Amino acid sequence: MSAVVSLRDVHKSFGAVEVLKGVTFDVGPGEVTAVIGASGSGKSTALRCVNALETINSGEITVCGHKIHDPALDRRALRRDVGIVFQSYNLFPHLTVEQNIMLAPRSVKKLSKSDARALAHEVLEKVGLADKAESYPEQLSGGQAQRVAIARSLAMKPKLMLFDEVTSALDPQLTGEVLRVMEDLARGGMSMVLVTHEMAFARRVANKVVFMHKGKVQEEGPGAMLENPQSQELRAFLSNGL
Amino acid sequence: MSYTFDFSFLWTYWPQFLAGAWLTLQLSAISTVFGCILGTLCAIGRADGPRWLKWVIASYVEIIRNTPFLIQIFLIYFGFAMAGLKVSANFAAVAALVINIGAYTCEIVRAGLQSIHRSQVEAATCLGLSQVQTYWHVIVRPAIERVYPALTSQYVLLMLASSITSQISAEELTAIANRIQSETFRALETYIVAGVIYILLSFIVRAAFFLFGQLIFPRRRKLGTTI
Amino acid sequence: MMPLNLAQFEYLAHGALWTVGLSLIAFVGGSVLGFIVALGRISTNRLIRLAAATWIQIIQGTPLLVLLFLLYFGIAILGFDKLPAIISAGAALTVYSSAFLAEIWRGCLQSVPKTQWEAADCLGLNRFQRMFQVILPQALKIATPPTVGFLVQIIKNTSLASVIGFIELAQAGKVVNNAIFEPLPIFLIVACFYFAMCFPLSMWSRSLERKLHVGSR
Repeated sequence: MSAVVSLRDVHKSFGAVEVLKGVTFDVGPGEVTAVIGASGSGKSTALRCVNALETINSGEITVCGHKIHDPALDRRALRRDVGIVFQSYNLFPHLTVEQNIMLAPRSVKKLSKSDARALAHEVLEKVGLADKAESYPEQLSGGQAQRVAIARSLAMKPKLMLFDEVTSALDPQLTGEVLRVMEDLARGGMSMVLVTHEMAFARRVANKVVFMHKGKVQEEGPGAMLENPQSQELRAFLSNGL
Repeated sequence: MSYTFDFSFLWTYWPQFLAGAWLTLQLSAISTVFGCILGTLCAIGRADGPRWLKWVIASYVEIIRNTPFLIQIFLIYFGFAMAGLKVSANFAAVAALVINIGAYTCEIVRAGLQSIHRSQVEAATCLGLSQVQTYWHVIVRPAIERVYPALTSQYVLLMLASSITSQISAEELTAIANRIQSETFRALETYIVAGVIYILLSFIVRAAFFLFGQLIFPRRRKLGTTI
Repeated sequence: MMPLNLAQFEYLAHGALWTVGLSLIAFVGGSVLGFIVALGRISTNRLIRLAAATWIQIIQGTPLLVLLFLLYFGIAILGFDKLPAIISAGAALTVYSSAFLAEIWRGCLQSVPKTQWEAADCLGLNRFQRMFQVILPQALKIATPPTVGFLVQIIKNTSLASVIGFIELAQAGKVVNNAIFEPLPIFLIVACFYFAMCFPLSMWSRSLERKLHVGSR
């Protein structure tokens, strides 16, 4: 069983600051991997590197067979296989929910308008927002907007989904609806990597938890690892309530 | 003051006023369309073009914005003549208006382009959209929607500025008014009529832009707000 | 090859001076009138608000060229037909500038947060004190960049005073051109004069705006 994502000794610097200092981990097919760590530990950067949003300095990343470290990487082909959801939703404000979802299938996959619309309704159904197809992003609550963003990624039928702190900008009462959608996805067998602060969610849903500290993987293991932290750093991190 | 207003000349001259107003609208409409295209292309070139192009566009914009339209129109009018090109006054007028409004459009649209957040572009590329698709769907379209009110005001000013083309004898409303007052000697009344027509025209232009905006920006139609 | 002799160049420079003079008249006159109109726009009295808004609508809907003709012929009909052209040119530019400055400044006054107006009210300041001691000092900072920007518009617009025969820079260009008929070089030189006056102001306006944005962040 070959990994969907594999990072090998990945280094990444912004100017003089080295953010990733040799990161290595794998994500198997159908697996959910939660990347946790304090802010500044490099977890979001690692995720962005997986989607080639940042160029790495050294090491190797392979994602669904695409070699990210290869200068000849076909980014558009990569992005057909990988969906990403951001903390700030990044919905397009001038398009309706439906149009937000239809844009990529129509432009990239050249779907007909009616096929794209049918697809939009299918994914909206999945995130429980079929009635919001005609709304504009500003008419949605944060939780709804984030679910639309997930639906928009799903419409491209990705093999892997990345989630970058998708609930961090939400009020506590709105995080639940987003996490439920993600949990459904995980149960459906989607390979997922999520950077998250939701420890309870990570423990329950993730097959694997990767704890990053100061640009390195400090500890990794199954969700149960959170109940029995081995390293001093993870213990400190967990007890800080984050 | 023993002046008595006399508007009776309107009985004879109203068709001429109307013809002048019509030409004013035509000149403005053509200049708006071409100026909008020129300005948008310049804004894109200035934002993402090669260095030399950025420099050329910046110079063009600064030169136009810091010299009077009257002088620009003289230069273009006499420029055509000196180059041995025989063009009509209307053609020279439209050329000058397009070159002028292109620079203003460029500045306005550029501000719109700059207001689009990088994360929007990132989201689009992550969905697999090509550079051109991203540019069109996620940058240019919302940018223009955002600056549409500013563009509307600028194009109303353009319509009013088209009066200056009377100075190279384009037969638009102001030129017609100049002729009528010299024939009737009712200067004050003539220019009052012209002024009123211009005010009506600016309402018409505003209304046209409003309706066009409702047509091409469904979001605006539905929510009534700007992005 | 320079088609102009020194005397003609001096004539243009002299015209440029009048352009500056006329611009100053228009700016000062337009500011005084425009400030009154701006206050009218935010008045608590509905009629005054309506009157100010109508004034702005009418002036902004009429080309400056038509305003110039209206005042030129209007002043003559009132019986003052011996007055120099600078009077009607100055009057027309004052009226024109007042409408635009009023709109710019209304926006600036209204961008001072409502709480500031209320706070001043609660301190028992009268309307005059509130305006001059609380609101204006704050609005002034926001108003400076667009006002300097509008100064550029005024300078460019003075060129239209040439149509009623006032000899400023553009008209000086026309006069010289009538003498030697070399329109391209003459109007290029005229354009350079205008550019030399306007460009520094544009740059200044932009740098003021940048500073303002940095300050408010």
